[in-house]
Amino acid sequence: MTRDVLGMGVTHFRDAVAANELRVTEAVDASFVRAGEVGAGRDGLNAILWSDEEASHREAAALSKRVERSVGARPTHGSGTELLGVPVAVKDNIATLTLPTTCGSRILGGYVSPFEATVVSRLRAAGAVVVAKTNMDEFAMGSSTENSAYGPTRNPLDRTRVPGGSSGGSAAAVAAGVVRVALGSETGGSVRQPAAFCGIVGVKPTYGRVSRYGLVAFASSLDQVGVFGATVDDAAAVMEVIAGRDVLDSTTPPEPAVPPYRAAAHESVQGLVVGRPKEYFPSSLDPRIRERCDRALHVLEGLGATVKEVSLKHTDLAIPVYYIVAPAEASSNLARFDGARYGLRVHGDGLRGMYEATRSAGFGPEVTRRILLGTYVLSAGYYDAYYKKAQEVRALIAGDFASVFAGRVDVLFTPTTPTPAFPLGAKSDPYEMYLSDIFTATANLAGVPAMSVPIGRVDGLPVGGQLIANHFREDTMFRAAYALERALGQEAHR
Amino acid sequence: MTAPPREPRSAEAAAGYEMVVGLEVHVQLNTLTKAFCNCSTDFGAAPNVNTCPVCLALPGSLPVVNARAVELATRAALALECAVNATSVFARKNYFYPDLPKGYQITQYDQPLATGGCLRIGATPEGAPVSIGVTRVHIEEDAGKSIHDRFPGATAIDLNRAGVPLIEIVSEPDLRSAAEAGAYLRALKQLLEYLDVSDVSMEEGSLRVDANVSARPPGEVQLGTKTEVKNMNSFSGVERAIQAEFARQCALLARGERVEQQTMLWDGVRGHVRPARTKEGSDDYRYFPDPDLPPLVLDPDWVEEIRKHLPELPDARRTRFAAEYALGEYDVQELCTSPAVADYFESVARQHKDPKAAANWVMGEVRAALNASGIPITQFRVRPADLAQLLNMVRDGIVSHSAAKQIFAIMVRSGDRPEQVAERVGLVKVGDDAALADWIDQVLAEHPAEALRYANGEKKLQGVLVGLVMKKSNGRADPKRVNQLLAARSSG
Repeated sequence: MTRDVLGMGVTHFRDAVAANELRVTEAVDASFVRAGEVGAGRDGLNAILWSDEEASHREAAALSKRVERSVGARPTHGSGTELLGVPVAVKDNIATLTLPTTCGSRILGGYVSPFEATVVSRLRAAGAVVVAKTNMDEFAMGSSTENSAYGPTRNPLDRTRVPGGSSGGSAAAVAAGVVRVALGSETGGSVRQPAAFCGIVGVKPTYGRVSRYGLVAFASSLDQVGVFGATVDDAAAVMEVIAGRDVLDSTTPPEPAVPPYRAAAHESVQGLVVGRPKEYFPSSLDPRIRERCDRALHVLEGLGATVKEVSLKHTDLAIPVYYIVAPAEASSNLARFDGARYGLRVHGDGLRGMYEATRSAGFGPEVTRRILLGTYVLSAGYYDAYYKKAQEVRALIAGDFASVFAGRVDVLFTPTTPTPAFPLGAKSDPYEMYLSDIFTATANLAGVPAMSVPIGRVDGLPVGGQLIANHFREDTMFRAAYALERALGQEAHR
Repeated sequence: MTAPPREPRSAEAAAGYEMVVGLEVHVQLNTLTKAFCNCSTDFGAAPNVNTCPVCLALPGSLPVVNARAVELATRAALALECAVNATSVFARKNYFYPDLPKGYQITQYDQPLATGGCLRIGATPEGAPVSIGVTRVHIEEDAGKSIHDRFPGATAIDLNRAGVPLIEIVSEPDLRSAAEAGAYLRALKQLLEYLDVSDVSMEEGSLRVDANVSARPPGEVQLGTKTEVKNMNSFSGVERAIQAEFARQCALLARGERVEQQTMLWDGVRGHVRPARTKEGSDDYRYFPDPDLPPLVLDPDWVEEIRKHLPELPDARRTRFAAEYALGEYDVQELCTSPAVADYFESVARQHKDPKAAANWVMGEVRAALNASGIPITQFRVRPADLAQLLNMVRDGIVSHSAAKQIFAIMVRSGDRPEQVAERVGLVKVGDDAALADWIDQVLAEHPAEALRYANGEKKLQGVLVGLVMKKSNGRADPKRVNQLLAARSSG
């Protein structure tokens, strides 16, 4: 009898493997079959940039020793079996040892990292197998995965549309059923927005909750590794494995301890106070998205939660602030791609000529635009007016969240995006593209955890609802998300 | 110690311009590992051996601050009487250069580790202390090395040094002559040696000096336009470079021209300064706080612990040596030049009980032996206890002073204890009358003419004969007793 192994939740699959009911290689092998199907043809998804079927199969087969040890044992944290045999897709800006890490850029074409990201090490230590590196907007700069040097990714639910971005490849891989879980990265919404566009779960943890070691930096004070899951439980299972202090990343505090997210998610939302920030429901919001959000809030109320109108009054400043802080940090972070040590080198006239030729040939237009913007706002004479001012406004945005959470609100609920997935090529004006992060960039600026869950469809296209919690309260966020997911059931995907 | 005189001496100064100098000193901290990764800081390894993803700036790597570097920097800041800031911030200094792998240097900018200190460089002839203000002390990382002469037509990069921890110590523009700058550097080097935070060797590059130099007309309060002078590789080079730059500026000002704010490079061979090639826009480093490193927050109790455990510093040690060992100004200065020498002396003096003799030996025989062999005193084969024992043997009349020098020379080579050496080579003083008489007889037999003249009452020959006996005995004869025995024969 064949079972739809990719239709099983990751912990369900893991338990079946540990009980010797399924082969440890089964899901990994199924992933490659599915990847072949959805990648084929002229309108193939182009979600996956790099993979090695044989190597992944071997890696999975080698886990059989752990299966023997794990029979009958509980999959406790650190047992090495929490994600036994689970295939995971990883965004191409997260360092892996055997597959390339190109960040969707020509400048890192063919680059293979000699070290592995902490999140990847932790996944592999838990028995997961990295089956693919996924497509992305170059250096995570974009909201549609159209800015990849390796061509755009298509939305599996409507192949004429974008999957969102910048982690579009990972989102599409999960939505197309290639994997149940995938890693992405967030700087301003790059996990939540594609999760919303593809009808899956996307989590951005608290800044500092997950190690950035091995995540190629875009804007270090905003970047955070994020998780995609087919369900809340899938995402929570991965978060349990990757979260927590890493001595290699000074921005990961040892406290508070990582709670068991899956167990926390299953707790009741009775008495939970859900804030509805009015700035996220402007009159210009698509009425069909508003209707879906109201429906979700109504469902939460039905489960015993209280909905409270709140205000985050600096919300409209998030995009301008984001587009000063993120490019400023990026201009510095991307200075290392100079052709001197690794990646692309294009010869030019002298040292300066090499720099110019390499970087001009290696970076795409959006990356170039942001480096120029960031260099400008950090320049002598402009620093105070732009970067410093932006940091001050950023503190106000963080203050908005701090006061609502201090006022007995447990979690906030908003739409994830102002519109559903847009057609490929629809947004040629960069500023219009930037606005698709209007509801997500705030959480990155404030450092608070946030996630997107499917709450229904508009014209067949998924709509995401966003949950935002206080610092290090992913447990509360998962609780609300799981309750919503269960209560909405199939309605979330209709 | 005496500060150089503050009177104008050079021709330029005599013409009326006053020299104003501030120094920026970069000091390599003597940690085992780099500032932001676990790579070794070993000097002299094969190129690019001491590197890792962090100091190679591979994509995805992150810095983690070395706690030991923070401790050593704090120690230095406290000894320089700075206020150590409870919170300081690492910043990125952005510029493109092949030996700077990240495209930025991690340093501290508007919130440094410590501010507002001073360094005493000596005293005026009247005894008033001369102190130079220390503006700030901050932590930063070193760059790698570009090697231009190894491969024709190409530049090689060695990143072993990239990420090695440094402190930058910035002085106030308080220095008024090249000699004062030299005194400041010597006092600073000495202080850092006492603190054991750095190898402070300009030759090995663990101490580097840039000088900000300006000139102003007499009585002017405003500072003139300064230039930054670089590329000096010795303290005397710094002094000569400052003097040369001051002369250049004075000549410009005397002609009614302006001094341009720029970087000048010292050419030690030609003895002049020339403008560095200025890179376009190179002065806009686009500093901003490094988001990969949280602000450096130091617990005040921890800082107090560091302060409490500061070693005895040079000034305090000189004062104590003068009082405790009754030594003169010169001896104290010389013995306290380096903490290792001062420690050595003190150990000898405590075991031998005659500080003056200990001082003379340390500044004489010991220093000569060290200079001849080129080894540091910490690796010297004659341990303080053994030198003290040797001096005790002289004091107790077991060996003569001249025999002691021969014994010491053997100890320097062998590391053996002085009693063993004296025994082995037969340098123990002989006071036994029979043996002495034997040597005297031999000498008199070998020199019959002198023997006869002496016997006939020519007393002044006694000295010559004693010398001959000493020589015959290889210095072992007790000269006092030889004198007595000879005298007895002449009168008998």
